[in-house]
Amino acid sequence: MSVYQIVFLITAVVTLGAAVMVVSARSLVHSALWLILALFGVAVTFALLSAPFFTVVQVVIYIGAISILMIFAIMLTRRVMQDTGPGVNQGWWMALLLSFLLFGGLAWMLSTWEGFGTALPALPEGVDQVKALGVALVSPNAYVLPFEVASVLLLAALIGSIVVAWEKK
Amino acid sequence: MGDPINLIGDWLRNLMTGWGLPENLATFILTVMGVVVMASFLLILDIALVWLERKVVARFQDRIGPNRLGPFGIIQPFADIIKLLIKEDITPQGADRIIYNIAPLFALATVLMMWAVIPFAPTILGADVNVAVLYIVATGAVGTLGVIMAGWASNNKYALLGAFRTVAQMVSYEVPMVIALLIPVLLARSMGLQAIVDAQQPWFILVAPLAAAIFLVTSIAELGRAPFDINEAESEIVAGFHIEYTGMKFGLFYAGELLHALTVSALVATLFLGGWRGPFVDQVPILGVFYLFVKAFLIYYVIMWIRYSFPRLRIDQMLGFSWKFLTPLALVLLILTAILDKAMEGATPLVYTLVMLGMNILLVWATVQVLRTYARVERRRVAERRPVATATEADFKELIGQE
Amino acid sequence: MQNDWLFIGIFLILAPVFPGLALLIPRLIAPKKPNPLKSQTYECGIETYGDTWVQFKAQYYIFALAFLIFDVEIVFLYPWAVAFDQLPLFAVMEGVIFILILVVGLLYAWRKGILEWV
Repeated sequence: MSVYQIVFLITAVVTLGAAVMVVSARSLVHSALWLILALFGVAVTFALLSAPFFTVVQVVIYIGAISILMIFAIMLTRRVMQDTGPGVNQGWWMALLLSFLLFGGLAWMLSTWEGFGTALPALPEGVDQVKALGVALVSPNAYVLPFEVASVLLLAALIGSIVVAWEKK
Repeated sequence: MGDPINLIGDWLRNLMTGWGLPENLATFILTVMGVVVMASFLLILDIALVWLERKVVARFQDRIGPNRLGPFGIIQPFADIIKLLIKEDITPQGADRIIYNIAPLFALATVLMMWAVIPFAPTILGADVNVAVLYIVATGAVGTLGVIMAGWASNNKYALLGAFRTVAQMVSYEVPMVIALLIPVLLARSMGLQAIVDAQQPWFILVAPLAAAIFLVTSIAELGRAPFDINEAESEIVAGFHIEYTGMKFGLFYAGELLHALTVSALVATLFLGGWRGPFVDQVPILGVFYLFVKAFLIYYVIMWIRYSFPRLRIDQMLGFSWKFLTPLALVLLILTAILDKAMEGATPLVYTLVMLGMNILLVWATVQVLRTYARVERRRVAERRPVATATEADFKELIGQE
Repeated sequence: MQNDWLFIGIFLILAPVFPGLALLIPRLIAPKKPNPLKSQTYECGIETYGDTWVQFKAQYYIFALAFLIFDVEIVFLYPWAVAFDQLPLFAVMEGVIFILILVVGLLYAWRKGILEWV
C-alpha cells in the first residue's frame, strides 16, 4: 500500500461519508455543509490525480459559488429551517434494494471495460497542463465550438434565471 | 550563500538521511517543519499588525496611540491577547455548537493557507503550484463560507442578516477581482506566482496600473474594511455576523481580518510591484524577503490610509459600484489588454510598456468622461423643476374657515 | 509538483490547529459561569422575540446567481490567458467574443434592474 493509496482511501471514505450525511442529516443547513465537505473531497481527488487546475476550479466554482447559492436558497426559505424529522419514508427497503442493484450493475458493467486497467499516457515532459488546456479550448480542430457554445449557455442561464427569479414590482 | 533557509533545510535533510530515515519521510518531516515555521511567523506578524494598526490610526487621527505598555506601546497587543484569552466564552442559546466553534477557525485558517503560494525569494517558496492565482481565489471563496457559517450558527437574526449582506458584498466584489487577476496572468502567461514575478521585467504596475487599482479596491471590499465596512463598522449598533462572538473567537476574526489585509498587500506586491525583485537579489536571495515585505507594508499603509480617509459607502452604493462600474471597466480593460498584447507581439519591452501604459491612461480618461456625462445628466435630472403642490394664502384662510 | 501539493495538504491539516490552540486555551483558563441572561441573543438591547429567520429578499439570491455565472466565465478564460503565447490572433478574438457574449448578459441584467439593491 503506497502512501498515495492510503491518502486516496481516506479521501474516498471522507467523501462518501459526507455524501451519506448529506441525505441523512436532519437539518437542511447541515446537509449543505456536508455537501461542501463532499465537494472538497472531490477536489482532493483531483489533486491526487495531478490535475491542479481542476482542484482549484472545483473549490472556486463548487464551494465558492454553487454552495453559497444553495445555502442562500436554504436559509432564505423559512419553513425548511426547522427540523423536519427523520428523512426516511415507508419504502426505504425498496430504495436500498434498488440502489444496491444499480451499484452492482454499474460495477459489473465497468469491470468488463478494459479502460480500467490501462494507464492513460502521461503528458510529455515539460508540457504545461493549463497551457495545453488553453490551446485546446480555442483551437479550431479541438474545442472552440463547445467553448463558444458554453458562453451562449451561460448567457441563457443568466437570462433564464433573471426571468424566473425576478418579479417586476 | 545568502539563502539561509534552504541551507538549513538541506543540512537537516542530510542529517536525517544520515540517521537512516528514508528520503520520503525526511521530505515529509521537513515539509511539516516548514509549515509550522511559516504559520508561526505569520501569526507573530499578525500580532505586530495589531500594534501597527493602532499606532497608524492614531497618527492619522492626530493622537499618539498606545504608549503606556512598553516602549512605543509594543507590548499592547500582548495585553490584548491575554485579555481575550481570559474572557468568558459565552455561547448564545440555541446556537449550533459545532458550526459556531468551527467558523472562526475557517476565518484564520484560510488566510494562513494563502501564504503557502506567495514567493518570498527566488528560492524560498512554500508551494510553487502552477495555478497559484486561482488557489488564492479559492481560499478567499472558502473564507466567504466561514462568514455565512458564523452568521447562521449564532441563532441571531441580526447576525444572519449581517452575514448575508457581507457575503453579498464579498461575492459582488469577487467578479471584478477575478477579472483584474486575469490581467497579470495574461501578461505573464502563467498562473504561478513565481512565474509572474519572474516575468516582471518592467513591474506590472507600469504595464497595467488600472488592473492594479481595480485589484486593490476590490480586495479592500472583499476584506470588509472601510470604506466598505457598512456591515461591521464600529459605529453600527449591530456588529454584523460576529456579534455573538466573544473573547478569543472574536479575536480570531479580528486577527484574521488584519492578516488578510497583509496578505492582500503581499499579493499586490507580488502581482504588480515585482514581488521579491530588487537590486542584488540574484546573488543574495534572502534580500528578496526584505524587498517583498517592504513593498507589502507600503501597500498595507496605503490600505490603512484609504481606511482612515474615506467616508463609508452605503450598501446599495457599494454593490452598484461593483456591478455597474468595476465589472464593465475590468472587462473592457481585459479585452483591450488582450488585443494590444497580441498586436504588439514583436515589440521591444519599452514600446510595449509605453503602449500599455498609454492604453490604461486612455481608458481612465474615457471612464472619467463617461462619469462626468453621467453626473451631468443626473444633476440635471435632480434639479429640474417638478410641479409641487403650492398653497396660497387664500387657500389657507379658506381652509381654516376665515373669509 | 507532488512536493508542492504535499506542502499545501499539510498546511491544510495544520492551519486549523493554530487557531484551534488559541481557542483551547480560554477553555482551560477562562471563567465559566453560564447564566440564562448572559446566553440570550442580542437584539438591540431588548428581549428576543420571534424565530430566527430572515425575510426572503430575492436580491441576495440574484447577486449570488450573477456571481456564479460570471465566475464560471472568468474561470474558462484562465487557460486561454495562460496559453496566450501559442495562440494566433483569431484565437484571441475567439476569447474576446466569449467575453462579449457575457457582456451582453451583464447589460441585460443591468437594464432589467437586477443589479439594484432595493
